[in-house]
Amino acid sequence: MVYFAKWKIILVAIVCLFGIASAFPNFLSEEDAAGLPGFLPSQQINLGLDLQGGSHLLLEVDVASVLSQRREGTVDSIRDGLRRGSPRIGYRRLGVRGECVGFDLLREADLDRARRIVRDLETNSFDPTLDIDVDGLSITVCATQTGQREILTSAVQQSIEIVRRRIDELGTREPTIQRQGSDRILVQVPGLDDPERLKALIGTTAKMTFHLVDQSNSAAASCGSGRRRPPGTVCLPSVEDRDANNNPLMYLVKRRVMVDGENLVDAQATFQDGQAVVSFRFDSVGARRFGDVTRQNVGQPFAIVLDKKVISAPVIREAILGGNGIISGNFTINTAQDLALLLRAGALPAPLTVLEERTVGAELGADSIAAGEFASVLAVILVIVFMAAAYGMFGLMADVALVLNIVLIAAVLSMLQATLTLPGIAGIVLTIGMAVDANVLIFERIREEARNGRTPISAVDSGYSRALTTIIDANITTLIAAVLLFQFGSGPIKGFAVTLAIGLLTSMFTAIMVTRMMVVTWLHRRRPKKLPL
Amino acid sequence: MRLISLVPTGTKIDFLRFRKMAAVFSLFLCVASAGMFAAKGLNFGIDFRGGILIEVRTEGPANMAQLRQSLGGLGLGEVQLQEFGQPSDVLIRIERQEGGEKAQLVAVEKAKKALGNQVDYRRTEFVGPKVGGELIEAGVTAVLLALAAMLVYIWFRFEWQFGVGAVVALLHDVLLTIGIFALLGLEFNLSTVAAILTIAGYSINDTVVVYDRVRENLRKFKQMPLPDLLNLSINATLSRTLLTSVTTLLALSALYLFGGEVLRGFSFAMIWGVLVGTYSSIFIAVPLLVYMNLRRTGLIVGDTDGDDAAEAGKSAN
Repeated sequence: MVYFAKWKIILVAIVCLFGIASAFPNFLSEEDAAGLPGFLPSQQINLGLDLQGGSHLLLEVDVASVLSQRREGTVDSIRDGLRRGSPRIGYRRLGVRGECVGFDLLREADLDRARRIVRDLETNSFDPTLDIDVDGLSITVCATQTGQREILTSAVQQSIEIVRRRIDELGTREPTIQRQGSDRILVQVPGLDDPERLKALIGTTAKMTFHLVDQSNSAAASCGSGRRRPPGTVCLPSVEDRDANNNPLMYLVKRRVMVDGENLVDAQATFQDGQAVVSFRFDSVGARRFGDVTRQNVGQPFAIVLDKKVISAPVIREAILGGNGIISGNFTINTAQDLALLLRAGALPAPLTVLEERTVGAELGADSIAAGEFASVLAVILVIVFMAAAYGMFGLMADVALVLNIVLIAAVLSMLQATLTLPGIAGIVLTIGMAVDANVLIFERIREEARNGRTPISAVDSGYSRALTTIIDANITTLIAAVLLFQFGSGPIKGFAVTLAIGLLTSMFTAIMVTRMMVVTWLHRRRPKKLPL
Repeated sequence: MRLISLVPTGTKIDFLRFRKMAAVFSLFLCVASAGMFAAKGLNFGIDFRGGILIEVRTEGPANMAQLRQSLGGLGLGEVQLQEFGQPSDVLIRIERQEGGEKAQLVAVEKAKKALGNQVDYRRTEFVGPKVGGELIEAGVTAVLLALAAMLVYIWFRFEWQFGVGAVVALLHDVLLTIGIFALLGLEFNLSTVAAILTIAGYSINDTVVVYDRVRENLRKFKQMPLPDLLNLSINATLSRTLLTSVTTLLALSALYLFGGEVLRGFSFAMIWGVLVGTYSSIFIAVPLLVYMNLRRTGLIVGDTDGDDAAEAGKSAN
């Protein structure tokens, strides 16, 4: 006898009501949804960047540069340590040797002390980050696998922090910035009107340093291929200024960093004599150093270097003691603002490379939503009409289930806060077509059983039970495809996999539970002699 | 009310009689697809090839010649312009630039500078060489794993012969989809891979429904010759096969016609896949079973889970 347990009816009713309540906020404006009473769900479906407009950037931290910087840092630390030793530890040939750092001691007696100095650089006592190799008087220090991983992790985390600060300065809402893989950062910024500016901001390392310019030698004589630079100096190109041959003007600056941009606490774009400039302020350490350097070098040019390019090299007119200063260059108000922003947010530990960009304008997003909505509604109408025409009253029951199915998909998407993308909409439309499949299977089976001479009730009964295995077998195969798509797909494709999988599960529920309940209830009420199928 | 029906009740079409013809036909199509793929190759989108894609909207109908001129002189290599959906929308494809990721970024900037502020940027995408390679890898892995997983599932639920039949039909569908993309020169991108995986799911779904019936009939009619039994199974499920195809096609047509330009390639692939998948489950997947020496006794003894489930379903009612 066909019978539907009370608890099942209640369960179905609860799921449906809950589904409707969860899907409901999506039909309201954002403000109205937020204003719903607390006991009702108010979460709306998250729209993907391809629907709401925005930029998706995949960035890569320059691992080689991170490691090479760290090697330079190790050289400096070792030098400091050796020099500070008392009595002094004699050494020579301290420098980067391939992937490692090495130096030679002058006396064997210093070996233990030198080893201890290097050992002190160790950051992790459980899992060594440094591999120290002693060969006679020669010591080689290499980062272990763990060490390299730690260096990379901290560089990526620091980069994420800096990128977040920079993007926050742009005043966009809810950017997503997360680590992906070992050396990548995924940035998703919704609703941005100038993706080029975003890329320029992220693509700048913004490492600022202040150097003295070497006055005793001329840049023209020292820079360029085949010319010798005096020791302790470096040739850096100007950002803006060009020489007669339209090559960037070169500056010969002292390698030693007098003041570091790390000590900046604030930077703002302002005007000075009608020219856009960036004013900055140092913290106490920076202010003291800046004061010392400027006091000792009045009359000398002082190069302001950003990412190995000289912004300008003004002559120091007097000691600047308050820790405030101004950078002038050929700025427009926009470039001055961006530089101020970068200085405020801080420098990236290593350059970031944009591996992939996908930017969608808000207008295209809105068009996509409109087109997707129209196609979905049309698909629903077509399928509803077709099902009614093919199965009459049973078809209408399947139609109710279909509509409920869509409501449930919206509900699950809202509850999981899954992201709906344009391919995701395609997934919903596809589900609309395929969701009725379970019902079609069942109805066809019932028809067949009835034709074989079963009574309506027995036909319905065996129709459902026999179709069930087929439905499950058939849906699991599609679910396999959806799961793999989710695993291997990127962004929008993941969205497709999500709606496809949710749609399959909800359609199984609506077909097996909801239409069955309707059919059974109808059979009990009417007790028909013949099925209208 | 008279209900429309796509298939008259109690059809007795001898599908198996066409099996040789269908096999030759399909083999021809498969070879042609493979040939197309080899000769013409696929029109890979930037997802896989790397490169730049910019969609712009101009005020009024776009002046293609002028756009082409302003972009052509930039030295960015091959630049393709294509009207996209309506006369004011233009899709600009710029080939992958020599050099690394930085070079792509520079090219985007150059192109945008050349186009200026006259146009409205609707979409900018660029994929560097590194990511492109990874996306190909992930796409191929996903498709192969899906095929393998489905094979294993069918094997587990049925007999290995069914698994082989289903996967042959599946490969047939995937191959023909790739073939039509090569033939028509349609852009092959990430969403095409998604479409292919979904086609695979749909095709298997279709095949499983018929196979389920075959399995049931194998238990029911122990003496019936296999070809007759297969015919009976196809005919019994024919109405369902066609109905589901029709509802799916209705939904997909709505998507194809009105879902917007971005989804058109995707919905085209799906429509094609549903057509091919329906054909292959009837004419390829089931007839293949004839050649594969089904152990009918083994099926009856060893595989009773279908019945168990049916019994369980009954007692639950």
